[in-house]
Parts: sequence; structure tokens; C-alpha cells
Amino acid sequence: MADTLTASTPTAGRTLGMGESQAVVGRPSQFAPFSQGLLRAAEMHPELVVLTADLGKYTDVHDFRREHPERFFNVGMAEQALVMVAAGLSKVGKVAYCTTYGTFASRRAYDFIAIACAHSHENVKVFAGNPGLASGYGGTHQAIEDLALMRSIPNLTVMDPADATEMAQIAEMAAGLPGTLYCRLLRAHVPVVFDPTTHRVQVGRGHVVGQGGRIGFVSTGVMTERCLDAKAHFDTLGHPAAVFHTATLKPFDTEGLLRFAATVDRLVVAENHVAMGGLASLVVDALYEAGVHKPLLKIAIPDQFIECGSQAFLYDRYGLSTARICQRVSAWIGA
Amino acid sequence: MDMTSGSSQATLASLRERALRLRRHMVTQARGKGQGYLGQGLGMADFLAVLYFHELAPQDVDFSRRDRQRFYLSTGHYSIALWAVLAELGVIGLDDLASYGADGSPLEMSTMEGRLPGIEMTGGSLGHGLGIAVGAALGYRLDGRRAAIHVEISDGELQEGSTWEAASAGGAFGLDNLVCWIDCNGIQADGPLVVPVDPVTERFQAFGWDTHEVDGNDLSQLLTAFAWARERRGRPKAVVLRTKPGKGVPRLEQRDRAHFIRIDEQEWDAVAQELEANHG
Repeated sequence: MADTLTASTPTAGRTLGMGESQAVVGRPSQFAPFSQGLLRAAEMHPELVVLTADLGKYTDVHDFRREHPERFFNVGMAEQALVMVAAGLSKVGKVAYCTTYGTFASRRAYDFIAIACAHSHENVKVFAGNPGLASGYGGTHQAIEDLALMRSIPNLTVMDPADATEMAQIAEMAAGLPGTLYCRLLRAHVPVVFDPTTHRVQVGRGHVVGQGGRIGFVSTGVMTERCLDAKAHFDTLGHPAAVFHTATLKPFDTEGLLRFAATVDRLVVAENHVAMGGLASLVVDALYEAGVHKPLLKIAIPDQFIECGSQAFLYDRYGLSTARICQRVSAWIGA
Repeated sequence: MDMTSGSSQATLASLRERALRLRRHMVTQARGKGQGYLGQGLGMADFLAVLYFHELAPQDVDFSRRDRQRFYLSTGHYSIALWAVLAELGVIGLDDLASYGADGSPLEMSTMEGRLPGIEMTGGSLGHGLGIAVGAALGYRLDGRRAAIHVEISDGELQEGSTWEAASAGGAFGLDNLVCWIDCNGIQADGPLVVPVDPVTERFQAFGWDTHEVDGNDLSQLLTAFAWARERRGRPKAVVLRTKPGKGVPRLEQRDRAHFIRIDEQEWDAVAQELEANHG
């Protein structure tokens, strides 16, 4: 089956610039949605400051830097300082947004997010670029286990937006959220999956598309777009499907998930993350604890460091493309 | 600062008395627990006496005020010294001191922000304090607040890479409202400093800081250091405090292993007596 990311895409087969996503052909996209939400938040919150660790250009904060240079700080390649300094700013009344790549935020600055920020309920919002396979730069730049790490920190809100609409909304509302936030960052040209005039991302609330049926996709982050495409595919084949999307992994909408699970025969959990500790793990925990036992298929990055390559190549190779999802689910349900 | 004037002599006498009271409170705590981080606490008593009872004004220890001089204690295990200060300030009762380290007591063996007023940060995961202070100083400067940010770190924390990330940022931002007090007592968990950290002042100078070095158990020198830090402009300031673990109790000063002190039950009276006998 041909992937929707076709060879006619000009960038197909080439590693993209850092964290640039490759929009699905024929679907609208928005440029730098994080930047747009951030600028709106900055207008509403004069106490908002932005920090980065030498990745301002690659985390879409250049507009903020231009508009509010006095509120922008670059600490250099120092992710521990990035998070510590943000915590200190919070202690004297600021809301500190900080940006770097997810690998560096999670692997290097973990203790500082946990203790300097979450332990003291600091008003720090970490926006972490290159989630999962979003970077073509291999294991060093692919944050494939960050959700597992971050989920295990008390007091921390953990989010993985689906598209440009949610990315912009989270950027805008984060300043008003209490405490510390870890949110995956979608940057550059990001697909618009949800209508910004009607869709509202809510912390801790899932979003259901469809009426239940034979297959229930449960997804977070960019995998939601693919699950919606897969749902359309199976609907057409006469296997009605529905999608439960959540942009929040912590706190998680357990009640919403259980209601959704009751409407479908089987569950397919899809995440741009390794299959342990992330969405699949929390879904299994939630179902098992509620006594719900349903056939469940995990679509996730395998337990290995991933090589360099274009997004289309990597997503397909590791089973995260719409085409590969459809293949696996078809085989699983015998359709 | 002229240390020979009558008022300075009175200041020194009152600070000496404060330092003694802080040391008594620490001994009371450690005695209740039977052990504790007494070496570091006794070594820092003189600095904390000058900081809290000379440098900081009453509004600075009203911990709800936004525009106050702030002090971040990065070494969480020095909590025994902070509890002594909070007892002197009346935040905690003298009767509570003996509960140090007991189950359910807010006087924990390490500082946990949120447990008591006056704990400005969660310490103990070492290497956090300087970066937090950099952020706080940056925030004060953004708002045009004149108050200073003080932070204590230890010589052992100079082994944490994060301290140097913070030093780098503080120097780059030119935060002259920031003062870092480095407790160089020469000990860490495994004994004498397992990785040398000197020359401390030269290292901070290389990161764009102004530096000063004093005997951290000499009240006159400490007063001079605070005056220097207050008046110095243009760059962040680092002051090396050479302190003696167990200071004020000779039998503890002589211990080789002073990181975490265990004292036999029958020895506590002698500790208390030595503390009083060496006062002055």
C-alpha cells in the first residue's frame, strides 16, 4: 500500500532540517504554530519570559525574540542551566517557557525538571522539540522515551499535541496552567488536523472522533492524524472505527478512555514513542485496573535506537505511517 | 568597614551571641536525633548569623514579601543550620528542635520547599542552587527590583557540572545583584574532597565573576565580605568561605570524618560543655 507521504513530495528521501515535520500532501498546514500561540500568551501575560539553550532558531521562538527581546534569554548549550534558571525566574513571579530538544530536556535536565521545578510546583513550561521520530538525526536527537520519563515525575503535566491547532492552543494557555508542564513541541510546517474554530484542547480530557465500532484507535501526538486517516480507510472497507485522541498523558482521562473502550471491539494504541512507559502503558494500566479486558495492539517505536533518515522513511520503516498502521490492523483483525 | 569603632564592637558581640545560639540549637537537634549534619552546620553558624541578623532586614525575612533580599541554601543537608535560624526567627518553636529528623517532623534532614516558611528551595539534589539563584536574580533585574539574591553552595557542589553551567550563565548575564557564598569546608561524603576544587576564586573569575575570600568563621571578615558584595557593581560576585567543620566544639573540629556525625549518648554533655567553654 502506498503511503500518503508519496515520492512526489519534494523532500522525500532526504533528512529534513531539525524538527521540521513533513506535511501530508493535500492537508493544510500552518507554519510555526507554537510561535503564534506564544505571542498571544505574551500579550496576555507580561510576566512571561522565554529561555532557550542555543536552539531558538529550531524551536520557533525567533518571533518572540524579535517582539520581546528584553524577555528572551539564551543560556547557551546548557540544558541544566536552562531549567534551573527558569525555576529561579518562577520563584520571583515569572512564567518561564523554555525550549530545547526533547532528548536534551529529558535525558540531561531530568533532575532539574523533577526537583527544581515539579517538586516546588514552579511555573515552568518546557517545550521539547523533535519528539519521537520527528528528527531525522538518529538516536541522539530522537526523544523516543521522554513521555515515559516525564510521566513518572509527580506534579508534572505531560502533553503531546496532535497538530498545529493544538500546538498553538497549548502555547497560548500554558502560561495560565498552574505548575510545571512538559509538552512536546511541533514546529515549522505542522499539519492542521483539527479545525481551530471548533476544536479546543483541554488538559486531561480526551477527544473522540467517530461512533465506536469494530476498531478503537487510542492515540496521542502526531499519531492521531494517522489514526484518523486509518479510521477513514477502515470505515470505507466496512469496518467502522473510532479514534480517542488525548493530548495529555498526565493527568490522563481514564474515565473518557473507559467510556470509549466500551464502544469498540478492539483497541489499537498508537504513539510516536517506545512501547513502554508511554501511552500504551498507561492505557493498559487503566483498562486492567478497571477490569476491562479487550484485544489490544500497540503501534509504537521498537525498543531500539533509531538510525538517521527522512521522516517518511523512518515512520514507514518502524510502522508509524498510515500505510503501515493499516497493514498491521488489517492483518490483526483478519480483514 | 571600621571594625574598631564602638558600634562595630557591639555588632560583633551581638553576632557572636547569635552564632552561639545557632550552634546551641544545632546541638539540640543533633542530640535529639543522635546524629546529623552537625559538622557543616556548626561551620556555617557564623556566616548565617551575619546574613540573617545583620545583612537581612526584617522585611527580608517576611517570606511573603515579593521584593525582599532572598537567600537560597543549595545544600539541603545543611537543613540543621536553617532550622536553627528559623528557631531564632520564631518561625519554629525551640521545643520543636529536638524533633529534627524524626518521623513526621517538618525539620527534615534535608530541605523540602513547602514544609516551612523560609525554605526558599528544595536542596539536596546538589548543583541546583546557583542556577536557581541566577534565575531569581535575572527576574529581579527584569522588574527593576534592587534587592540582592544570595545563594550558598558548597565546595562539593563545584564538582557538579550544573554549577558551572549556572556560573557561565550568571557571568554572561552580568548579574551584579547576585552573590554566591561558597562554603569551602574541605569535606564530602567519602571524606576529604575526593576531587580538588581549588583554585576556587580563579575559576569563578574565569567565568566573569568578581571574587573575594575570607575565613568563614571570622565575624569581622564576614562583615567585610557582605559590605564588599553590597558595594561591588557590574558582575556577579562569589565569596569563598573557608570554614571549619564542627567549629566551636573542639572534639568535633578534630574529627576526620565530619560529613555526617554520629555521637555516643554519653558524649553529648561534653559536646554541649565544650561549645559553651569555647564561646568568646
